[in-house]
Amino acid sequence: MIDFPILTLLVLVPAIGSLVVALISNRQPDLVKVVALLTSVLTGGMALWTLFAFKKADSGFQFVSQHSWIKEWGISWHLGVDGISIFLVVLTGILFPLVIAGVDPHHDHKRYLSWMLLLEAGVMGSFISLDLFLFFVFFEIVLVPMYFLIGGWGYDDRVYAATKFFLFTMVGSAFMLVGIIATAIIAKADNGAVTFDLIKIAENGSFAAGTGRWLFFAFAIAFAVKVPLFPLHTWLPDAHTQAPTGGSVILAGVLLKLGTYGLLRFGVYLFPEAAVWARPVFLTLATIGILWGAIAATMQTDLKRLVAYSSVAHLGFIVLGTFALTSQAITGGVMQNINHGISTGALFLLVGMIYERRHTREIAKLKGLQKVAPVFAAAFMIVMLSSIGVPGLNGFVGEFLVLIGSFATARWWVVVAAVGVILAALYLLWAYQRVFHGEPDDDNKSFRELRWKEGMLLLPFIAIIVFAGVYPKPMLDRIEPSVDKLLEHVSQHSSWQVPVVEKGEG
Amino acid sequence: MLDVVWLIPAFPLLGFLVILLFGRKLGDPVAGYFAAAMVALSFVVSVGVFLDLQSLSPEARAEQVHTLFSWVAVGGLHIDLAFLADPLSITMCLFVTGIGALIHLYAVGYMHGDSRFSKFFLYLNLFAFSMLMLVLGSNMLVTFLGWEGVGTCSYFLISFWHEKDSAATAGKKAFVTNRVGDWGFMMAMFFAFWAVGSLDYLHINEAAGSLSATTATAIALFAFVGACGKSAQLPLYLWLPDAMEGPTPVSALIHAATMVTAGVYLMCRISPVLNVASSYAPTIIAIVGAATALYAATVAVSQNDIKKVLAYSTVSQLGFMFLAVGSGAYTAAIFHMVTHAFFKALLFLGSGSVIHGMHHEQDMRRMGALRKFMPLTFGTFIVGWLAIAGVPPFSGFWSKDDILLAAYDKSPILWVVGLVTALLTAFYMTRQVIMVFYGEARWHDAHEEHGAHGDLHAEGHDPHESPWMMVLPLVVLAVLSFAGGFINLPFSESTEKLTQWLEPVVGLHHSDTAKLPLALMAIAMGLIGIGVAFAVYYFKKLKPVEPKILADAWGYDRAVSNFMGGPGRKAFEGVTWADSHIIDGAVNGTAHLVQGTAGEARKVQTGNVRNYAAAVGVGVVLLLAWFVIVRGIL
Repeated sequence: MIDFPILTLLVLVPAIGSLVVALISNRQPDLVKVVALLTSVLTGGMALWTLFAFKKADSGFQFVSQHSWIKEWGISWHLGVDGISIFLVVLTGILFPLVIAGVDPHHDHKRYLSWMLLLEAGVMGSFISLDLFLFFVFFEIVLVPMYFLIGGWGYDDRVYAATKFFLFTMVGSAFMLVGIIATAIIAKADNGAVTFDLIKIAENGSFAAGTGRWLFFAFAIAFAVKVPLFPLHTWLPDAHTQAPTGGSVILAGVLLKLGTYGLLRFGVYLFPEAAVWARPVFLTLATIGILWGAIAATMQTDLKRLVAYSSVAHLGFIVLGTFALTSQAITGGVMQNINHGISTGALFLLVGMIYERRHTREIAKLKGLQKVAPVFAAAFMIVMLSSIGVPGLNGFVGEFLVLIGSFATARWWVVVAAVGVILAALYLLWAYQRVFHGEPDDDNKSFRELRWKEGMLLLPFIAIIVFAGVYPKPMLDRIEPSVDKLLEHVSQHSSWQVPVVEKGEG
Repeated sequence: MLDVVWLIPAFPLLGFLVILLFGRKLGDPVAGYFAAAMVALSFVVSVGVFLDLQSLSPEARAEQVHTLFSWVAVGGLHIDLAFLADPLSITMCLFVTGIGALIHLYAVGYMHGDSRFSKFFLYLNLFAFSMLMLVLGSNMLVTFLGWEGVGTCSYFLISFWHEKDSAATAGKKAFVTNRVGDWGFMMAMFFAFWAVGSLDYLHINEAAGSLSATTATAIALFAFVGACGKSAQLPLYLWLPDAMEGPTPVSALIHAATMVTAGVYLMCRISPVLNVASSYAPTIIAIVGAATALYAATVAVSQNDIKKVLAYSTVSQLGFMFLAVGSGAYTAAIFHMVTHAFFKALLFLGSGSVIHGMHHEQDMRRMGALRKFMPLTFGTFIVGWLAIAGVPPFSGFWSKDDILLAAYDKSPILWVVGLVTALLTAFYMTRQVIMVFYGEARWHDAHEEHGAHGDLHAEGHDPHESPWMMVLPLVVLAVLSFAGGFINLPFSESTEKLTQWLEPVVGLHHSDTAKLPLALMAIAMGLIGIGVAFAVYYFKKLKPVEPKILADAWGYDRAVSNFMGGPGRKAFEGVTWADSHIIDGAVNGTAHLVQGTAGEARKVQTGNVRNYAAAVGVGVVLLLAWFVIVRGIL
């Protein structure tokens, strides 16, 4: 079974689907939808199969597939998943069919779905590439469909937002491209020949401290934009708010994770010495981001913008965990990637449903929705509590692990960052009160209750929210071995000593 | 029964799930009875576990851990979903489920006719589940799960009538204020894990002896920050008076008898850590407790809302419990927690019965003479009043006396503060009893007023006694409020049953002080308080002193609100402004700069050959000049 090129298919199936959708005649809108849905469901099914076939205790890369592509430069089609990427693959596989099935664009289904599937192929490819060049290709492919999705199907300010998103990310990518080429060439001395192979470079590479730090910086800036890390975050509220609902869900759900994932895979893994050296900067920016994002979220008047700023805060926790460099903190961060994708994705869906009904996202224009739509309110409440990080729901586990794991190596940052937990309750509950509590006024009296179709769309999200909160063990068991391996790699290649917490006696 | 200790929280969870799925079908009142039955079953299991524990040796009683499954395990961190059934947790379980079942039953009557009847019991059962997780958790994280769970349910239930803005705001305020405390709880967990490598209470308490004083102090004081939030102590008590917006059974169950005692429970749970902390740690706790007790008692004196009096009284009594914790008398704290749960639940339910009978009137100035109309409510309320006022042999006397004794050992100043508080307590409770049940009936004026507003109070709706399911809990709680003190009588070691029972967990508190004179002082204070209140409000011999500043809670709440709404809000707005103008401004500025430069540079490309030729010519000249003048070639 291992020889079956499952990972290659994870990329190819949506890519081919995208092409097929593009080729179908405009006169067959139903066929377009069916093909797109089948493609994404098939991809999702394969992603789940990968998860079930994934060997729990194996810390290395699994389902590896490697084919030489450009031999002279040592570039190959090299794919593989480990505990750090497996759930991101699954998350991508789950989110796309849900969004495609549940959220219709307001016009031009065909092009929309074609871009969506291309986006899925790009995201999948980014998460499983083990070749720097290949990764860069996928990383850039992602940009194009997202740009068109925002620009073509977004709201009033969509062109500004799409351009901002594109330029911001391109600036980062330019640094990374230089970094990738420089890395491959400099690492030639250690590998004998030029190679873009991630594992070879990481395991054999011996960059001089100064060189490594420059290279790390080139990669880190691209990922910091993507996360987004304070103060590079201002593209995000615009992009999120202007994107169509489906775009926002994907953007928050998986695209931002390219940043946090990249920092781990191409930052910490590739340049351990530099990552350890740069810790204080990243810890500080992450902590500022947690508070800054939360405070800015509190004062937003647009519900969607509020959720967007909350992402800045939540992603800050992941970066904090990444650079705390302990087993719990990084595992928690990896898990928080998934949790944030689920909770924030669901929040964007709910906000989208509100917009569909009321044609506004202005908090001030909404009131008393809980009275007229109690089930809708209950769904919003559960997702919100997960986002706040109430124990028993998924959001808590990741955040808690990040904080408790970071305490040993980044104590004062944790003391401050934990304040973000208070602020999360503040901005979400305040928004909830203004939107859902009170007597509904005339405009909100006829707010429609949750429909079956919408309920079915939200159900998987809520199921994951509850399950991962009550029983996170299956996830943690798969993430942790790879994280521990990464930490071992870091301590071998730098002065870093992972703190050992002695197990409680007895 | 020890093996099935998990059933204690499982029943309310089952109730929650059943009502979640079938609540509307069950409806009013079946959903309510069902929910009450679930909690009653928990009580039965708790009794069974209690009896089993008693059959064990005292040492073995303290270490009965039952693990369900591994919850969060990464690296050296191993957290099980596990229960610790020891004398402390089972004591908590007994009164939480016992009183909880009674209040559920009471709520069936109180909430009758509410359009969201079954939803109320949905939340109530979820609360009971969370509270039981909190007390039964064998490690800090399971406790935290319950801790946040009760907070969330409290939020749901305070803003149960969410159409009312005040209720919605009160719910939010409770949650956010509690989160401030939760920050402290989390810090305590992080310190404990960092120092001990485990969050299990048994491990932490076992390792307490080897902790440095600084670490122990940090754990204890951060946990106390959490306790201040949940148990409404200064400076975080603010949310509790507002929480009275919730239906009265909620006030009785959550905001008097159970949830608000969680902070006291937590401090007792980690008492070995507190014992090895620097000596200023317990002193801080004792001072905060005493200060809160006195502060809230002064405020209670001037309240006119029947529930607000009880709310401030609860804050004050919780202060007493922390005074005990800070004085090292953990048993006394638990003892008072139990008796307080009896009499304060009774008083709240009694006030709920009054509010119910008065058709949702809460202002005591519009009550009076109710003893004739609501004899059972009156009779049971009197028991609660005597218990809280510290009249022997009612339960409150014994537990308060234990605390005052411990406070005296800690410092006579704390003892004096406690005495004054006891006097004030007797005073304001007597005031309440007189205003509600004695004097002339003042509700007719209220009716006329309401009638003018076209309110639903039609003529001929005199106050009435409540139905049986509301009265029965009152009677049971009255019996407990009277006799509850007998579980720990200070006459000899054999009568101090609670002390012996809890000893394996919290240890003993030794005192050589003569008990009798102190007890007599306490009794005298209570009687003086009652006497003065009668003189003022019944015989009207003295003018009532109810300064506005006390009714306004010393202006503290308002000051905090003003700060939050003023400078706090300004700061938040400042950050948001900076985000869009400075950070994003820099981004857009860069874009404009590039755009502008490019726009100017673009103008050079005119497409006019003569311009290009001229530029080439100028270039040639400049190059030549450079070679000639700078390099000196010629």
